[in-house]
Amino acid sequence: MTGGLVILWTDGLIFLLLLFTVVFGVYASRREHLRGPWRLVVRSRVGVSTLVVLAFYVIVGLLDSIHFHPLAPSQEAGVESVRSGEVISLFDHLVTPLRERHEKTYSAPLATHLYAKETIELADGSVLRDYPRLQFGGAHLEDPHGDWAGDVLKLGLIGLSKGLLVTLVVGNILLALLAGRWRMGFGDAARAVLWGRTIVPWRVALVTLGVLLILVMVSIELSTGYHLLGTDKVGEDVFYQALKSIRTGLLIGTLTTLVMLPAAILLGIMAGYFRGWVDDLIQYTYTTLNSIPGVLLIAAAILMLQIYMSNHADDFNSLVERADLRLLFLCIILGVTSWTGLCRLLRGEAMKLREVDYVQAAEAFGVGHFQIILRHILPNVLHIVLITVVLDFSGLVLAEAVLSYVNIGVDPTMNSWGNMINSARLEMAREPVVWWSLLASMLFMFTLVLSANLFSDVVRDAFDPRLRNSR
Amino acid sequence: MTDTLLKVENLKTWLGDGEHPVRAVDGVDLEIRRGETFALLGESGCGKSMTALSIMRLLPPAGRIVGGEVLLGGTSLLDLPEYRMREARGGRMSMIFQEPMTSLNPVLTIGRQIGEAVRVHEGEIGQPLAKRVLELLKAVGIPDPERRMNEYPHQLSGGMKQRIMIAMALAGKPDLLIADEPTTALDVTIQAQVLALLKELQRDTGMAILLITHDLGVVAEVADRVAVMYAGQIIELAECERFFGHARHPYSQKLFQSLPDAGKRASQLSVIAGSVPDLDQPFSACRFIDRCEHAFADCQTAPGWTELGPGQGVRCYLAGKPEFRVSMTPVKAVQAPAMGGEGLSPLLNVDQLKVHFPIHKGVFRRTVGHVKAVDGVSLSIFAGRTVALVGESGCGKTTVGKGILQLIRPTAGRVQFDGDELTRLRGAALRSRRADLQIIFQDPMASMNPRMLVGDIVEEGMKAQRIGGNALQRRERVRELLEQVGLPGDAVSRYPHEFSGGQRQRICVARALAVDPRLIVCDEPTSALDVSVQAQILNLLKQLQNSHGLAYLFITHNISVVAYLADEVAVMYLGRIVERGEVNRLLAEPRHPYTQALLSAVPVADPASKREVIRLQGDMPSPAHPPSGCHFHPRCPVAMPVCRERYPAVTRLSDGREVSCFKVEQEG
Repeated sequence: MTGGLVILWTDGLIFLLLLFTVVFGVYASRREHLRGPWRLVVRSRVGVSTLVVLAFYVIVGLLDSIHFHPLAPSQEAGVESVRSGEVISLFDHLVTPLRERHEKTYSAPLATHLYAKETIELADGSVLRDYPRLQFGGAHLEDPHGDWAGDVLKLGLIGLSKGLLVTLVVGNILLALLAGRWRMGFGDAARAVLWGRTIVPWRVALVTLGVLLILVMVSIELSTGYHLLGTDKVGEDVFYQALKSIRTGLLIGTLTTLVMLPAAILLGIMAGYFRGWVDDLIQYTYTTLNSIPGVLLIAAAILMLQIYMSNHADDFNSLVERADLRLLFLCIILGVTSWTGLCRLLRGEAMKLREVDYVQAAEAFGVGHFQIILRHILPNVLHIVLITVVLDFSGLVLAEAVLSYVNIGVDPTMNSWGNMINSARLEMAREPVVWWSLLASMLFMFTLVLSANLFSDVVRDAFDPRLRNSR
Repeated sequence: MTDTLLKVENLKTWLGDGEHPVRAVDGVDLEIRRGETFALLGESGCGKSMTALSIMRLLPPAGRIVGGEVLLGGTSLLDLPEYRMREARGGRMSMIFQEPMTSLNPVLTIGRQIGEAVRVHEGEIGQPLAKRVLELLKAVGIPDPERRMNEYPHQLSGGMKQRIMIAMALAGKPDLLIADEPTTALDVTIQAQVLALLKELQRDTGMAILLITHDLGVVAEVADRVAVMYAGQIIELAECERFFGHARHPYSQKLFQSLPDAGKRASQLSVIAGSVPDLDQPFSACRFIDRCEHAFADCQTAPGWTELGPGQGVRCYLAGKPEFRVSMTPVKAVQAPAMGGEGLSPLLNVDQLKVHFPIHKGVFRRTVGHVKAVDGVSLSIFAGRTVALVGESGCGKTTVGKGILQLIRPTAGRVQFDGDELTRLRGAALRSRRADLQIIFQDPMASMNPRMLVGDIVEEGMKAQRIGGNALQRRERVRELLEQVGLPGDAVSRYPHEFSGGQRQRICVARALAVDPRLIVCDEPTSALDVSVQAQILNLLKQLQNSHGLAYLFITHNISVVAYLADEVAVMYLGRIVERGEVNRLLAEPRHPYTQALLSAVPVADPASKREVIRLQGDMPSPAHPPSGCHFHPRCPVAMPVCRERYPAVTRLSDGREVSCFKVEQEG
């Protein structure tokens, strides 16, 4: 199946981030002050349900982040296959049919015919101007007009039952695991979960998971025979594009944070803790940065990168690599423009903390500055960092869409919701209107941003010490 | 009785719902007569504030009144609709709170705020309103009321703000004034002013006062009758004189015994073992049973109310037996402290210590002046001795402590510790010297990192100083230290918030001891604690001093603690020490007028001691602009012309005392 792994820059970083998250998870699970709030998060109904949705996005994003050269069937005899020059991801491999079934041009969701009339040459030599049949969408139907509705319904029902089956299996496995953990009979555990008597709202998690699985299964069934969300101008499946855009959205939302965090934390705490000239220097730096319009800075940086890339075209092995570097650069430049807010918050908090008695006590023990920052200040500002990161995520996903819309976002060849919306600008102007690109990107982006926002609300409520007392 | 103003019957207030509501008030009966001062006394968390809030029907959202009756002059307050209740609040009864700083709106002038209260209750506007506001301001003794009316809360001092609060409470001419710890946040001299004001107002208007407090001294000062609350119930009710002479409940008696004073110097203070039980459970036994030394089989069922006479009663089985009296528990005599010989050189010698904070102004942050927080303080401490630094808030006593520890770098002066000049030490040299000087803070919760385990907190100093051997040995030492301060060994792996206030302060003491210090600066270590817990900490400190030969610099405003613990006292006023001397002589016969006023203002837990309170006028001036000449002269009752011109030099008296005052200088 594979002809050698390819690790793109962003792939490496995303797995570094994953590793970092896992390490932090292990660290946090041993510390009550970090575990407590997370426990509150998973005990909230909104919390678990959004977690399930986000997990779905993350899984797609991660699958899409393992890249390799696929093996192509070889022309030569004796050698079965050779390494192909193109780079695809594991996700691409899993949805190969979606990726490879190109139509000629626009087609509506679940359509059997193209969206544009063409001149068709019939078998008897006569010429007819009509909507031609699609190459793949509904190709298995003998009589598209008569069979279509029944076929779609049948596929939908098959998907539904498959989804229910999978939910049932997954649900039972989960119940068995829970029963084992609670040391009670399967029946008791099942009753506790289904009646909603558990501390962690497992029932909500199960329902959300079930709905998601059914949606996934229905989509899979329908996309075997049709283009679920239609095709775009060059005949590419829009559903596939929307799914591919998940990785871009997640990357922008998380990598940007990863880029800005070290600077924001280090500089913010240093400014607040040391005061004096250190504070002045850092403060002037970020006020200066803050007063340059962000869009201007991003546009300048991206344009510079474009010129560099067109001058050094030989340095890039594939289109994917090129697009990836641009994405990384976008993350970095977004990070550079967005660290000031967190930095300012942390400066204030550190300034408050350095006067707190326990920091003074540590100083009285002769504990060094670095140790004080590491042991006393950093753990006590972590909740602010976490809240900011989660709150910023959705903003950044939206920012990507806006930037791509004005053409200074990700590479045009890269799938992203912003690029889809950008192309929809022309599609909306055309008659009859092509609406599914916009709808698909909106749907996917909306779900992600809404869950992220709801989740961040729960996280903030759990971590903010001022809110904790009021409940 | 016809003169009963407020009658509370079997009041029950619960907090929170769910399976374990906290029974904050659990069956309280009260009766307040017209014109009397009724004190509700109790330690923190006993439900005394909840009782007051229930009477006002101002409970927090989680709280609800589940039973009982509150009658104010015949009307049942709990049955009134909210709009009628609003008339009663501020009209027939009003309330003042502990924190005058947060009770006033910072963006409205004083006049507007008082005017609002007047308008609501008397409907006056325009000229009569202004007149009434002026009248109220005069009534609460605000000097220059015409000008003050147009000032904002931040322009007033704490004592003034509390006066404004009282003026607002008086606006509706209430019959009942509920004062919830009205002087706890204030200094003693200001406290004396406010208490005297309350008394005066009561005499003029004939209103009743429900005074809620934890301070036995305040009760003795102003109360006519006292009710003691414990764990949501009133356990003793008595006339003030009777209560102070013959408290009947074992808890009340213990409270008196745990008060520190000079007479108990030679012995340990008696403490109440254990802590207040959690209130989220129904009680079947006496609530005090676990902590009572006289509990017997009967106490397993809760004792009822025993009437001992008119307006006097106790909730205890022992009360019926008239001869019963908790004997003063035989306490271990504390061995005489290891005296640092007078001939030896002192452990710590502070000479002309000055800490000035620059005041910046304008765009370029030019220095326009200095806050002279500490302005030339000299003192010396011998090993094994305790020096108390006494003064009101803002006089710079905490800054002195931090300046000695080099937590704040002094502007000038010398701090010699065991021959080393601390002010000149830098970096690693200072860091290694830090083990010898430690500090214990006022708020034990704020002085421990909530994110660290107790074991790590105590170990931190050892790690930083690289002492205590390897990790295993250090752990062992931590365990030892915790045991030494009376905490269980498993405290190591718990978080600070799992402990009570007293236990937390013990952890702080253990942490300071971990590095084998020779001097500990105790910055008001007991002022955030209840009386019985304070006794535990004082005992611990005294015992540690004897066994380790520690020297203490004890910073406090609590004179009775000073009398119990200190060997020497230094009184600070506005950044300077005005009087310094041996503790017994100084407390018995203060020479400086400020010391005299300060000592006279301290409430004594004995209503029989009718002493003359020297009332100081006004507040302490700002250390940014100290008065010329002697800093105390604007408030001094015996000021002379020369006091305005220069600061008096130190006069050494024949008994070794040092006083900075021209009057004393003249008298010789």
